[in-house]
Amino acid sequence: MTNDKVLQVRNLSKVYGKGCSKCFELTGPEHNTNICPHCGSVVAAHDISFDLYKGEILGIMGESGSGKSTAVKNLFFDEIPSSGQAIFFDEGKQYDLFNLNAQQKRHLRNHRFGMVYQNPHLGLNFNVSAGGNIAERLLMSQLSNYQEIRERAIELLHRTEVLTERMDEMPKNFSGGMQQRVQIAKALATNPTLLFLDEVTTGLDLSVQAAILDLIMEIQRESETAMIAVTHDLGVIRLLAGRTIVMKYGRIIESGLTDQILEDPQDAYTQRLVASAL
Amino acid sequence: MFNQTFSADTQFRKASAEYNFGFLDEYAKKEVRRSVLKAIAIPGYQVPYSSREMPMGRGFGTGGLQLTLSLIGKKDTLKVIDQGSDDSVNAVNLRSFIEMTCPGIDTTTKVSEATLIQSRHRIPERELREDQILVLQVPYPDALVVVEPSEDKRKIMHGEADYSRLLVKLYEDIVKFNEITISHRYPTRINGHYVIDPSPIPRWDVPKLNNSKSLILLGAGREKKIYAVPPYTLAEPLEFDDIPFRVESFNDSTGKRRTCWRCGCDHSFLDEFIDAQTGDKRYQCSDSDYCDEQIKSQVNNQELEG
Repeated sequence: MTNDKVLQVRNLSKVYGKGCSKCFELTGPEHNTNICPHCGSVVAAHDISFDLYKGEILGIMGESGSGKSTAVKNLFFDEIPSSGQAIFFDEGKQYDLFNLNAQQKRHLRNHRFGMVYQNPHLGLNFNVSAGGNIAERLLMSQLSNYQEIRERAIELLHRTEVLTERMDEMPKNFSGGMQQRVQIAKALATNPTLLFLDEVTTGLDLSVQAAILDLIMEIQRESETAMIAVTHDLGVIRLLAGRTIVMKYGRIIESGLTDQILEDPQDAYTQRLVASAL
Repeated sequence: MFNQTFSADTQFRKASAEYNFGFLDEYAKKEVRRSVLKAIAIPGYQVPYSSREMPMGRGFGTGGLQLTLSLIGKKDTLKVIDQGSDDSVNAVNLRSFIEMTCPGIDTTTKVSEATLIQSRHRIPERELREDQILVLQVPYPDALVVVEPSEDKRKIMHGEADYSRLLVKLYEDIVKFNEITISHRYPTRINGHYVIDPSPIPRWDVPKLNNSKSLILLGAGREKKIYAVPPYTLAEPLEFDDIPFRVESFNDSTGKRRTCWRCGCDHSFLDEFIDAQTGDKRYQCSDSDYCDEQIKSQVNNQELEG
């Protein structure tokens, strides 16, 4: 199993603000806050450790502001962590994510990672067509043949069930669900080893949600892409994730198999969360 | 009337004689030269410099002018071109300003005689030599400005040679129009890394940047940038493997190459004119010196034959 490890995160912390020596002692679920009363810094995430294996979907669950998105943004280099270590295993090589230079980071981001944001405006360039968005990612990975780019874009849009006749339309003409599909197609363009899903179904109506989740599971089955799915929706967690982490005030309060967590939650917060779910 | 303009002209000449040679003070020239050296050392990199106030509006070629004034010496022969011509407004004014502030230099309209050529919108048709320097006036130095408004981010993109978004623009062009629609300022990669805006030269002139024998310097006065295409340096226009870069076509509807009505040249960049009397379209070499040269050689040939 250890050979199939994709990502190993240890003690990841992210503090917004100048921080002080008491930040970590005075925040967290037991203090019911993530704002340090001493210096006012926000401890968005602290001491986050987990492993991710090939073909696995790891769910990160928690309420708004619990630090789940922060954790993912740090791993995707959208933000720089305050401390911690993350090792990415790819094709027999190891990458110490937080000690790479800008070029190496960009390479991983463009070639090996994919990110699907909750808001398509973050993941898509709304000034270029749907096909152009996918082309951008392919061009980043040094593909420079127009016909090949075109074919690959059609293939990806076909796979994510976007009508390929509409590939030259602007994303703003698409429905929310369709935009999300284009975003997924863009993220998958380079066959990433690791895919980050940040609240992908939030804000979509139920039937569209179901279709997007189906698509994600299909991708996971077909390409064995490892994924981290951040969500506050228990339904998404139940459907997608094999293992789940529950976060509150920037800390992991519970982790384990999804079934276990949903059927037999140990932490009071998780119990409340599960009990309140419809 | 004549006397008035004459005296104003001499007065101006007298006043300008009190300026330093080349109008700029020596420290300003030194700074420009240092920036030029850096630009040559890092081909295609936009070197920032403290563009000085010139006695003309920014956007009228102050970047090119400062380069010229910093490089010119008494032994130099200068040619100034505006859109291929030596007697367009911009060329005439810049030339007379340089003549006024650099007493002792020679000026010419012939490419072959010039050691220093300042140009706007064109590169001469005749291939330049190793002992010549071409200075181009640049309005917008950064090719990435069309896809990224923040200069901070553009600098990072340049540093990482991340030009995928420029290529997406080409992709979108092909999708929409079936060809790349950039007519001038065609983004060109220098020495395999930095992509430059080669100033508003037509696509016709872009291949002349590649492996050029002469040093090509580009100066943007308003944007305060200097960059260079050093001699014998790779300059490749952005393109796709299967859709290569191509220059303007001057073929008429029957596929025949149009020729210059004046000199009959069939291999130069042509300008289109409407004949005031007949309303007909006429085509003429954009590079007026090259056109004259062709006519002259034809006359010479005829004399030899006759």
